[in-house]
Amino acid sequence: MTPSLSILVIDDNRIRASIIEQGLRDAGHDKVIVLGQMEGLVRKITDIEPDVIVIDLENPNRDQLEHIFQVSRAVRRPIAMFVDKADAGSIEAAVDAGVSAYVVDGLKRERVKPIMDMAISRFRAFARLNQELEEARSELAERKVVDRAKGILMKSKGISEEEAYRLLRRTAMNQSRKISEVAQSLVIASGLLMD
Amino acid sequence: MSAISRQTIVAGFLPLLDCALLAVAARRGFAEAEGIELKLVRETSWANIRDRISVGHFDVAHMLAPMPIASSLSLTTLAVPMRAVMALGTGGNAISVSGDLWQEMKAQGAAEDGDPLSTGQALAGVIRNRSAAGAPLLHFGVVHPFSGHAYELRYWLAASGIHPERDVEISVLPPTVMADALAAGQLDGYCVGEPWNTKAADTAGARIVTTKEAIWPGSPEKVLGVTAKWAEANGDLLMQLIKVLMAAADWCADPVNLEELASLLAGPEFLDCPVDWCRPALQGRLRFDAQTEVVIPGFLSFGGIERHCPREEHGLWFYAQMVRWGQAQFSESDLGLVRQTFSPALFLKALGSDGALAKGGRDAGSALFDGQIFSEQTLADHIAGYVRQS
Repeated sequence: MTPSLSILVIDDNRIRASIIEQGLRDAGHDKVIVLGQMEGLVRKITDIEPDVIVIDLENPNRDQLEHIFQVSRAVRRPIAMFVDKADAGSIEAAVDAGVSAYVVDGLKRERVKPIMDMAISRFRAFARLNQELEEARSELAERKVVDRAKGILMKSKGISEEEAYRLLRRTAMNQSRKISEVAQSLVIASGLLMD
Repeated sequence: MSAISRQTIVAGFLPLLDCALLAVAARRGFAEAEGIELKLVRETSWANIRDRISVGHFDVAHMLAPMPIASSLSLTTLAVPMRAVMALGTGGNAISVSGDLWQEMKAQGAAEDGDPLSTGQALAGVIRNRSAAGAPLLHFGVVHPFSGHAYELRYWLAASGIHPERDVEISVLPPTVMADALAAGQLDGYCVGEPWNTKAADTAGARIVTTKEAIWPGSPEKVLGVTAKWAEANGDLLMQLIKVLMAAADWCADPVNLEELASLLAGPEFLDCPVDWCRPALQGRLRFDAQTEVVIPGFLSFGGIERHCPREEHGLWFYAQMVRWGQAQFSESDLGLVRQTFSPALFLKALGSDGALAKGGRDAGSALFDGQIFSEQTLADHIAGYVRQS
């Protein structure tokens, strides 16, 4: 049996890092190390001697990392990006998902591909989750601002909640804007006028 | 709404002052006026710019001038043939050192005005003393191995008798963390674009000791990079974009617009920093340290065909430095690829110029601060000299 690969995950988003770490462990990789920051990275890479490094594309330190690989005598072997230049589809999928990888030279494609696929799918899942959370948050915020605008109209015009909502909706339709946008400007305007 | 059909161009950029042309083209109506929807995507590293342009996420990108060459010569991963179709400005970089190192350099007679001959000699003196005392090597930072910053720093050191690989240590760091690394004592100096020297002078007690404009006057810093494939498939659109960016460049060059440009670039979409950090470079009045302001005409410049036209000779200078520092092996066929990468042809065609302009006036080549003249004629001597040294 071939010895298991050691995998270094560099990601300062701790939730995403642990999602990837868990995925790799579930797939039978027991040598997974997660690093959140770049400090002392050269020494850590020397100690860990990773076969594969997975890093998120938001990390501003990729240029530094690539330079370390290029010049450092401390790093065990030259490390090249991705398994195979010809594997354009997988490169594209990785960049699309927001993840990049560096692989020790000479490592067999079949051994690295499942790791990359795993990282790609976990990154995608995380991005989807994040987006859903973001949407839920903004939906909630929109509902709140519409409620406030209704309250302002009810008070200033002495109308019912339903009438206030209809007024907002009519204004929004006439101006081809979203109700929440109209509500937002109303809230801001009344805030300014009350001061 | 106009009836003209809009074409979309997606451009990747890093938040630096010299993304000005792209920023102004997209946000001050220049692209729209030509029927182009210019979508800007802010990135966090040059590695991302390289990866995303090579997989086709970006049509064009703000790039370090040597990057398209490194890609065309397959010196990097995900390398594809690339073109530097126009320079996005000249100058903009400076070399800063920590307050402590500056005191030592001053004791060695370093000039206050950023004269690279004087400050280089002073640094060489400091390094000799430190070496005799058994002190650790001074540690410098640059933003990327294939960058004007790396070559300017190395050129200045080498011309001052300091070997960039034996006498100092050079690391790559993102520009945004340079000032903090200097303040924390992890770096003794660095070469970086503005506003990151001003930030360190303001917040980390750093001192600017010389500038790109002094080391290699009028030299290109960032370029508009495209893959050769995209350029071939979208020639007309690319020429239209070049015209748009030239209009934006002339707007940037007009002093009337300076304050508006500074606020645009300082905004959250671009640098997201105090506007006060953006003014010195745009005004050509650098704060060398908290007390000293030095006027440097042309420190960071935009505008005019001469300045933005790519030149084979500039590409060749970068290539010569790659050979000099062991990043590339010299070959005649690579020379041809470099010329192709930095060819002015498309740029001149876009502007309806016949090519006379690009050649005229610059036959004498580029003069560097140490008196070396770099031109087509002296290229072979330079490279032969570099190969001998290595």
